[in-house]
Amino acid sequence: MVISENQINNENPEYKKQKPVSPTVVFFRKLFFTQNLGDFFFERLTLLFAVLVFLLVMLMGYEMYQGSKISIDKFGWSFLSNSVWDPVQEIYGALPIIYGTIVSSFLALVLSVPLSIGIAIFLSELAPDWLEKPLSFLVELLAGIPSVVYGLWGIFVLVPWIRTDVEPFLSEHLGFLPFFRGAPYGFGMLAAVLILAIMVLPIVSAISRDILRSVPQSQREAALALGATRWQSTKIVLKDARSGILGATMLGLGRAVGETMAVTMVIGNRAMISPSLFDPSYTMASVIANEFTEASSEMYLSALIQLALVLFIITIIINAFAKLLVWSMERKLKTR
Amino acid sequence: MKFSKFFFYRRKITSAVMMSLSLVATLIAIIPLILIFYYTISKGITYLNFDFFVAMPKPVGESGGGMANAIVGTLMLIGIGGAIGIPVGVMAGTYLSEFGNNKFGSTVRFFTDVLSGIPSIVVGVVAYTLIVVPMKHFSGLAGGVALGILMIPTITRTTEEMIKLVPHSLREAGLALGIPKWKTTILIVLKTAWKGIATGILLGLSRAAGETAPLLFTALGNRFWSTNVMQPMASLTVYIYDYAKSPFEDWNNQAWTAALVLILMISVLSLLFKVITRSKYKTK
Repeated sequence: MVISENQINNENPEYKKQKPVSPTVVFFRKLFFTQNLGDFFFERLTLLFAVLVFLLVMLMGYEMYQGSKISIDKFGWSFLSNSVWDPVQEIYGALPIIYGTIVSSFLALVLSVPLSIGIAIFLSELAPDWLEKPLSFLVELLAGIPSVVYGLWGIFVLVPWIRTDVEPFLSEHLGFLPFFRGAPYGFGMLAAVLILAIMVLPIVSAISRDILRSVPQSQREAALALGATRWQSTKIVLKDARSGILGATMLGLGRAVGETMAVTMVIGNRAMISPSLFDPSYTMASVIANEFTEASSEMYLSALIQLALVLFIITIIINAFAKLLVWSMERKLKTR
Repeated sequence: MKFSKFFFYRRKITSAVMMSLSLVATLIAIIPLILIFYYTISKGITYLNFDFFVAMPKPVGESGGGMANAIVGTLMLIGIGGAIGIPVGVMAGTYLSEFGNNKFGSTVRFFTDVLSGIPSIVVGVVAYTLIVVPMKHFSGLAGGVALGILMIPTITRTTEEMIKLVPHSLREAGLALGIPKWKTTILIVLKTAWKGIATGILLGLSRAAGETAPLLFTALGNRFWSTNVMQPMASLTVYIYDYAKSPFEDWNNQAWTAALVLILMISVLSLLFKVITRSKYKTK
């Protein structure tokens, strides 16, 4: 048995006069007084691996900071606000790329979040067990398809369809809006938004379903007992779950912002700011995927690593926020 | 009386409309899934033959050939990844569940979640600066390390959750017999939870098998047979990417076949996953 500091202090009043001992002394005292060396080392061994996970994230940030130092020194904050990305003249401004990332992820969420909430409601409130299980399995299957396969499907099925059907239709009927003008290439923002929406859908709906399920059944029963309809009881459930659903949306946003392959394959890959959804665009992840192996100069590589650093920081903020929202929801339900 | 009837029916109708909208949403979401599966299977199967698994890729312009090197490459890459991700994930998960009920534990938990949210391409960039830059050339090792990092959060969290499911009475029984805690943890707790941990590992491996972005500038890809981890290594996902972008129709078709084979590989892994979890719940 390990003799703890407290026991020594309680039993021998003389020890109280001593100064607090240093951590090194505590370490060796524990090492020598422990009854079982295996326990001592096992705990520290597992601790080592836990620290490793922690250090890994730190190391990632540090490595990218080091790798992008040349670019950070030269461009500083103007990297984020300059709108010219020109590797030939060694000018790197990420504004059009950040614009492409934000617009594509935001529009994808606008399309997929209402659908996801609908799916979550259907799966948790309506569907009978025999239907719910295979449907949930399908949704999980959708999450398991590699993103490069989505991209492949995007290139050969989605993009031709957008080029021949969707874009002519939109420009004919909604062409007075600046969003639907220009030549119908197929490859461009619209294709990226659609494919991102498809990819974000399973994640947001799976998490939202779990969150709706975690709302106590008694809430629904109370509402139904008062004569509420299904939809009215669902509204109450949704009200309880709103921070959790917002958290799920943020996790979907994190996924959309970082999604690489499928977007790179359909977005057209040109750094430009255009209101039209038909025009090609670029996202941070797709710039890195597309240009990293071509980066010939040190400055070019450095700028790309800086882009990765920006992406890293953005996704950490989004995910931390999402985590906080889901936590606060869980805590609220627990205290009830 | 009439008013209340009106409100009654309005409530009924709103409810019916909203609930059927949720059904419509589900149906809309299923359409792309079915389309993706339909195209992958129907297009992939036409080029699926024995050659695909045993032959090497043909040079540009010649049709036929297979992706034997890419299949082996993908397996080797997830092997390297597993060699890194599994020990770290299982040990960190063990720490979190057995000793992690403190501030440091929740910090690590938070960082695991952060790690799982980091885009895979960023992990690729880090693997590049960590391994490719010092080695001065692309290598399978760097790709494997990137995949290993990507596996860690999944395996850590599953291990923790699964160990937490082990009843406390089992631990107490072990300790009461005078078995030291470390032996109790390894021989009793981990042994009870191994099925759950194995599902986490399989999930991590199958996700890693589908990753492309972190391999683009670490393992790079290789048109020849190579099992040397210090050299660039082929993988199915990078082949799909390259062949999908290429202007040759034959290559495009092979990309579909590669996608089908990749999905089959992942399905086999997740089928194992399903089988393991099912037997676990039956024995309970």
